[in-house]
Amino acid sequence: MSDHASGHGGGSAAAAPEERFLAHHFPTMQAQSDTSKLGIWLFLGSEVLFFSGLFVAYGVYRANHYALFHYAHNFLDWRMGALNTVVLVGSSVSAAWSVRCAQLGQRRGLRISLLITLLLAGMFLVVKYFEYSHKLHNGIAWGAACHPSKEILATLPAALQGVPPPKDLGTFFSIYYLMTGLHGIHVLVGMGLYVWLIRRAGRGDFGPGYYVPVDSVALYWHLVDMIWIFLFPLLYLI
Amino acid sequence: MTEHSRSAAASPEHAAHVMPPSVLLGTAATLMVLTVLTVATSRIDLGEWNVVLALAIACTKAALVALFFMHLKYENRFQLVVLVSAVVFAALFVSFVMFDTIQYQPDIRAAETQVQPKGS
Repeated sequence: MSDHASGHGGGSAAAAPEERFLAHHFPTMQAQSDTSKLGIWLFLGSEVLFFSGLFVAYGVYRANHYALFHYAHNFLDWRMGALNTVVLVGSSVSAAWSVRCAQLGQRRGLRISLLITLLLAGMFLVVKYFEYSHKLHNGIAWGAACHPSKEILATLPAALQGVPPPKDLGTFFSIYYLMTGLHGIHVLVGMGLYVWLIRRAGRGDFGPGYYVPVDSVALYWHLVDMIWIFLFPLLYLI
Repeated sequence: MTEHSRSAAASPEHAAHVMPPSVLLGTAATLMVLTVLTVATSRIDLGEWNVVLALAIACTKAALVALFFMHLKYENRFQLVVLVSAVVFAALFVSFVMFDTIQYQPDIRAAETQVQPKGS
């Protein structure tokens, strides 16, 4: 996204202030924002396909090892997952709100809503960090490295007490760590983008005439939220 | 409805759809209710229908996010075509692989029962 003003239109004095963000290869702001919008949607389409491979892995392993999945989900705390769902929905609202503020030229509202989105994204990762560290601390890792500790086995429902854990328990957790990990990387990237937006918003770059970056990052953020909407029931609520 | 400023004379991005707060908060509230619903229904044992119901609720939530938060409802139809085609291809990918894996279940079960007596 072009930070640089590029002397477009022969430096006409009558140009709107946002024209300084018009890249030289676009004839108008309209053409630039329409192109960005199509570009970001094509990227989101490729993201859906990117994640679909992991959903296939999930589907195949679940179909073949339903009992394993049902056993393994006892190690996931649905309250943590539900909390993160609420956090992400909240961050999506503030992301959508930031687009609204930019469109209406509300600069203070824009900065606040961008900051709230960033903080909620950070909160999501903090919750995720507690989940991951609790699991890894108790030997619940991926693949062959998955050896649940006695302490965590003792927290299983009474019906599963004394039953040895299935030998391929690590397969479920490979899928769990890959799906939530790839999603977590997307959250991390989103946080970087929000830091960038907050800096630019502080500089007063965005307004009704130019808010393509706010809109594009918000669209990306909503997709990250959408993927979590599927991960939460599939992993935590089997 | 001053939010719906669609004057062609204004600068291009002025023509964009501004989401009213009521729609944003209403969408968020519906998403929260559906989250509670998906947790509640997971507690009821519906057998194979649990996952179908969970996915149906998740699809509804995703559609709400796309239509209102991503303002797809008010967007150029081409954006919708891009998203829907990606989702359709993802669904084809998942469903054909699932057909295949379910197709071979009896063979896998048979092979497993043949192997087990030797191993034990």
